[in-house]
Amino acid sequence: MIEAPARTIWRAATVSALASLTPRIRGITLDVPGWPGHRAGQHVTVRLTAPDGYQALRDYSIATADDGRPRLGLAVDLLPDGEVSTFLHEGLAPGDTLEIRGPLGGHFVWTPEDGGPVLLIGGGSGVVPLMAMLRTRGLKAPETRMALLLAARTWGDIAFRDELLARDAVRACVTFATSREPARRREDVSGRIGPEALSRALDCLGQPPRHAYICGATGFVETAAALALAAGIPAAAIRTERYGGA
Amino acid sequence: MASFTRGFFGRGRSGDEGRLPPGQHVTDGFPVLSIGPTPQMATADWTLTLKVGPKPVARWTWEAFNALPRTTWRGDIHCVTTWSKFDTEWEGVTVDAILDAAGIAPDPYLLAHSADGYSTNLETGDVTDGKAMVALSYGGRPIPAEHGGPARLLVPHLYFWKSAKWVTGLQFLPREELGFWELRGYHRRGDPFAEERYSDD
Repeated sequence: MIEAPARTIWRAATVSALASLTPRIRGITLDVPGWPGHRAGQHVTVRLTAPDGYQALRDYSIATADDGRPRLGLAVDLLPDGEVSTFLHEGLAPGDTLEIRGPLGGHFVWTPEDGGPVLLIGGGSGVVPLMAMLRTRGLKAPETRMALLLAARTWGDIAFRDELLARDAVRACVTFATSREPARRREDVSGRIGPEALSRALDCLGQPPRHAYICGATGFVETAAALALAAGIPAAAIRTERYGGA
Repeated sequence: MASFTRGFFGRGRSGDEGRLPPGQHVTDGFPVLSIGPTPQMATADWTLTLKVGPKPVARWTWEAFNALPRTTWRGDIHCVTTWSKFDTEWEGVTVDAILDAAGIAPDPYLLAHSADGYSTNLETGDVTDGKAMVALSYGGRPIPAEHGGPARLLVPHLYFWKSAKWVTGLQFLPREELGFWELRGYHRRGDPFAEERYSDD
């Protein structure tokens, strides 16, 4: 469904909590008075202003479902030499204020009205918008069939891992692919994602997906999209969100 | 309105002022963004169709299109996701040359169509007089599929979502018809120096 977004003005967001989700991914909880609400998959632009007026803007996907409260969760990957991510990891403290604009994004979005089954494929911090989709499903449409295939280097690099293990236990299918470690659970695979990992996610889903969402670095997205197409998922059913570039 | 962010000093590059549109930062990479999987297009099957309204008026195969007059353009490109890339080099066929070859005077609006179902709208005045081309090479090489190859629209004075990848159709229209992102809240024109990112900018 096509929708024009809510009015996208700059709003003050206060940091209410910080968490180390993995050694490289920091969770930031923001209180945003006047937040107009958002859909799963959408993102915000964060704007930082230095004393000399220099401004840096970066986009971050929203990790949380819209539960009616003026509160958002972001999860920021620390990039080597990242101008903004370094600050968000090392310089930010509870009580600090950031400027944000959003919600933005009108295509890489899932709402309960979109229905399922839904296949989610994430690489590293690409899990963030997919978490919003899983959480929205849990909150508003728990009967929707949803499967997540999440690739990460190691078990310790899986963001939101405990929550995903708990969700897996309640009928959302979660498959981890750890590229640098052996699989820890029977459901998981080791190595980079390939046809075996995808077929586990699809087998658990039980029916061909109506929607597929793929998010991560562009190289990962290319690989995952090719696997999805090879598994017979139509290109028009696959939406991609790419971080970084080639 | 912007107040200072406690503890942030940034790493602005000197000498970029004026060249960098507001809110942008320079990247040495070349990020890839798309709505879905990358179309894998064989040049043997490639066509570009020129339409006026619903009516096709010209169509080129890869060989015929490659025989049209070529132009090289070198300059900066700006993505609405805030990255800018300086001194990119492209070669292709200007929209002027395409219109010349078809022998038509175009209507005031354009809707460009891509192989994956993507579209973007432009004013004809933003693609004529040398302002736009259908690009066939980037940095002296064929355009990689991820970056829109074998041929993409290039309209570098506007945000790069207007430079439709995998372009297969140019449709001139008497009235503006919004394209994919414009229907989803992005600005109808997209001038980076006026920071026209979203429809309420």
